Amino acid sequence: MRALFRTMAWAALGLSPLVQADSVSQLLDVYRADGAGPFSAAQGESLWQRAGVQGSRRCSSCHGTDLSQTGRHKRTGKRIAPMSPAVEPQRLSDAKKVEKWLRRNCKWTWGRVCTPQEKGDLLSYLNQSRENKR
Amino acid sequence: MKTQAIGVLLTGSLLVSACVQGDDDGWGGWGGEQAGRDVAAVDNSLYQQECGACHFAYQPGLLPARSWQRLMAGLDEHFGDNAELDAAETAAILVWLQATAADQSAYHRSRSITASIAAGEAPLRITATRYFQRKHDELPARLVSGNPEVGSFSACQACHRNAEQGRFNEHEVRIAGYGRWED
Repeated sequence: MRALFRTMAWAALGLSPLVQADSVSQLLDVYRADGAGPFSAAQGESLWQRAGVQGSRRCSSCHGTDLSQTGRHKRTGKRIAPMSPAVEPQRLSDAKKVEKWLRRNCKWTWGRVCTPQEKGDLLSYLNQSRENKR
Repeated sequence: MKTQAIGVLLTGSLLVSACVQGDDDGWGGWGGEQAGRDVAAVDNSLYQQECGACHFAYQPGLLPARSWQRLMAGLDEHFGDNAELDAAETAAILVWLQATAADQSAYHRSRSITASIAAGEAPLRITATRYFQRKHDELPARLVSGNPEVGSFSACQACHRNAEQGRFNEHEVRIAGYGRWED
């Protein structure tokens, strides 16, 4: 049954460009189908600042703690556009892109892929900044 | 009649002079090279997006195909970062890199870089090639690694202001926090 829900959720995600569905709610549905939830933006914020495999490495190291500000890659110095959708409207709008970056950056920061719970919490935190404008 | 002739002569000489470059770039604008360009520009939007997100989108003409193959095979351990792509994207980018790599290019700097790399070597770092090192060996550390606005030689665009267009000549260098540099 769970497998069916999961398949349906991923299928809905694939169709989302056609139905103009909100990518964030689509992704949260996918994570729920994997057994995660309820999601907490406060928990997401705590994860954002949680140290990873190399001690100093955390999401905020490059993306900052103020999501409305431009970030900077720790090593290359490359400017990273603000994570807040309130400032950068295309943020969180492409589910595939969100999943890709979560995969890469969780692995690189924490040495493993994020659990669906963690992804949902992080997304909730990032999405919340849309309302807070922060 | 005379004015027309002078006009033709002037235009003609201007055209000729535009093709001649007096610095060490080599023999100038013909032969497949766009005027002033040292390596072919990046014309692949997938590569630009995926491989230019965290650092300068290095032109494929800066390393031979075997280097790019090696690099793309180890994206999960990409100079200490995870730069994984899905299989389709990895394949698409690799095909393009192999076709436009330095050893496949007619651009003279691509040829020079290739010539400076031994046949059995496949360096991952452009900055580790002998050609690169020869070209940058007069720069003191305080302008690069000791310069917070630059940080390392890997940040091409911090000094080569037109690096994105594939232009690396010394006349267009403005070292961040320092200024012009010409030998």
